[in-house]
Amino acid sequence: MRIVVAVKQIPDLVEELELTADGTDVDRELLKMVVNEFDDQALEEGLCLKEAGDAELVVVALDEPDVDQTLHAALAKGADAAIKLTGALTGWIDSHRRAALLASWLSGQSFDLVLTGVQAADDLDGQLPGLLGAQLEVPHISVAVRVEAEDGMAKVWQELAGGTVVVDEVRLPAVIGVQAARQAPRYVSISRIRQAQQSGGITEVEVQAAELGTEQFALRRLVAPEAAGHAEMLAGGAGEVADRIVELLRAKGLVRS
Amino acid sequence: MPIGGRKQPPTAVELEHATVTSPLSGREWELPGMWNRMFEQRVEWDFTTEGFEKIGSLEGGESLEWCYGCGKCVPVCPVDLVGEYGPRKIHRKVQTGLDLFTSDDLWLCTTCMNCLRVCPKEVDMVKVMPAVREVAVAEGQVPGELADVFEKTFRYGNALGENPRRRHAWTRDAGVDVRVLASDPRPVDVLFYVEDYWSYHPRGMQAARSFARVATALGVDFAILGPEEKTIGDSQRLAGEKGLFEALMEDVVATLDRYEFQRIVTPDPHGFNALVKEYPKRGHRYDVLHYTQLLAPLVDRIEWRKELDCTVTFHDPCYLGRHNGEYDAPRTLLRAIPGVRLVEMGRCRENGYCCGGGGGGMWLDGLTANHTSERLSERRVREAVESGADVLAVCCPYEVSRFEDGAKSTGNDQLQVRDIIELVDEAMGGGGG
Repeated sequence: MRIVVAVKQIPDLVEELELTADGTDVDRELLKMVVNEFDDQALEEGLCLKEAGDAELVVVALDEPDVDQTLHAALAKGADAAIKLTGALTGWIDSHRRAALLASWLSGQSFDLVLTGVQAADDLDGQLPGLLGAQLEVPHISVAVRVEAEDGMAKVWQELAGGTVVVDEVRLPAVIGVQAARQAPRYVSISRIRQAQQSGGITEVEVQAAELGTEQFALRRLVAPEAAGHAEMLAGGAGEVADRIVELLRAKGLVRS
Repeated sequence: MPIGGRKQPPTAVELEHATVTSPLSGREWELPGMWNRMFEQRVEWDFTTEGFEKIGSLEGGESLEWCYGCGKCVPVCPVDLVGEYGPRKIHRKVQTGLDLFTSDDLWLCTTCMNCLRVCPKEVDMVKVMPAVREVAVAEGQVPGELADVFEKTFRYGNALGENPRRRHAWTRDAGVDVRVLASDPRPVDVLFYVEDYWSYHPRGMQAARSFARVATALGVDFAILGPEEKTIGDSQRLAGEKGLFEALMEDVVATLDRYEFQRIVTPDPHGFNALVKEYPKRGHRYDVLHYTQLLAPLVDRIEWRKELDCTVTFHDPCYLGRHNGEYDAPRTLLRAIPGVRLVEMGRCRENGYCCGGGGGGMWLDGLTANHTSERLSERRVREAVESGADVLAVCCPYEVSRFEDGAKSTGNDQLQVRDIIELVDEAMGGGGG
């Protein structure tokens, strides 16, 4: 079985986000980028699948800032190969373009499963897994919390609203949007990451996405959210503050007596 | 407060009840606890050498099996005072089959070194624990709270996961100019290596500002690295992330190579320890001082403007005192402050207690809480209160936050926890943090 895990970089919120002068993007000059946490979950689920059976795991990412660190960490965790897709990639890549770029590489590959994060900070609608499935003309399931594969089929535990979990069966190949892996993403020691760095291991592939047509949107302006109100700081001794908290909770009907 | 601490009740090996079945008649006897102790296998027969072989094969792990069971280390172990611990106990557990590599016992040692001080066989837990931890870390067997700190340290160069570009934000309200070498790279006498908690923790930032004011008043020519500074990461090394420590060292040395300075001065005994002991092993030699060592010889030049009128007790940092033999510089500063009456706690100097923060303990409070009756810092705060002091003075950046929390959680809010530099600054007429 061949598993491909698609990961992406998003801005690290340790830095305050600033907008560019024309207001159409976050200022990427001083940004640090980190792996999308849902992609980290997808990678962990992929590694669990690989460990459960006989599988090859390939991790793929677009050539975005600080992506090498993410790919080296994936190799150190147990990925068999890391692919970096290069080309004219600047600024923010929306989910349509991202899906097209990934698909242009994937369509030339053999794969049984493509795992990727269910959503990202800049794709809160979780478009990428669905778009990727459509581009590749294979089935797609999102919001997965566990994946098991056997004999050309995959069982996917999918979390629905209200805490319901359904178990789907899907014919492979398929694209799965992972919300959470069956276990917390593993820790990989810095020595192993450094070994991965020193032994290279990232393969660069140049890609060109097919024309996207006229449905592409134009981004006019980004604005920072405005603070709607301010927190009230309770002053005074511990007793007074506690009384005030109880009073507030009562007023909001959150406690009974 | 009992000098021996509050122990956790021991876990009995023997069963309380046992049913013994006759192999001939099939008859059963119910046996109460007193009796069945004779029927349980005794630990003497459970001996295995496997654990020692595995640990002894690691570089640094050799000495655990040298233990001959005298037990001198147990009463001086700060963790044993609030739990069941100590090298002799670890030795016995490994002997009877404990897999230290996967046990919580691996993470409770703070590498305070008090056991090594008294050990006739030189069983060195300061080397054993990091060696075993390194293997556990490589296998991904690391407590989540600690793994989180390792990842933050690797990504941002500081244990708190703060923005590296804001490392010198504390200088803004210092009231004196603090030179940042990146923007003014002229040669300097003292490179002030601020380290993480003085750079980012709100109470640490107050101490850093106090240092800047005191050093400026004394005419010390100093500068900082600012956003280029990364933690030395000695506690991460002792917690088992040697690879991280080495990655940091490459970056730190490359940064230091760019500037001309005479001495490095740091408030952090952990960074100090690594610069003095670990860096030279890899060929990097610097003249390094703890900030108390820089200021103690200058104490006669200080112009005091205010009498503090307080009773102060001092907590020796493990990595300044026991690890590096400096007990006097902090006391010289404290005794010089007008109005300060210095009293000692029972456990001080060579036998000083541990705040619980060393060897990764700073980031393992969750795990440690499952195995101890109270935090080490809480125990120490109660000792400070018993000494009659109004102020618990410290000179390690880990300690202000640990002891302030301990003072609150033990109901001793009246005890002030202050870095020595804050007291010096206040008595010189500065803000005092």
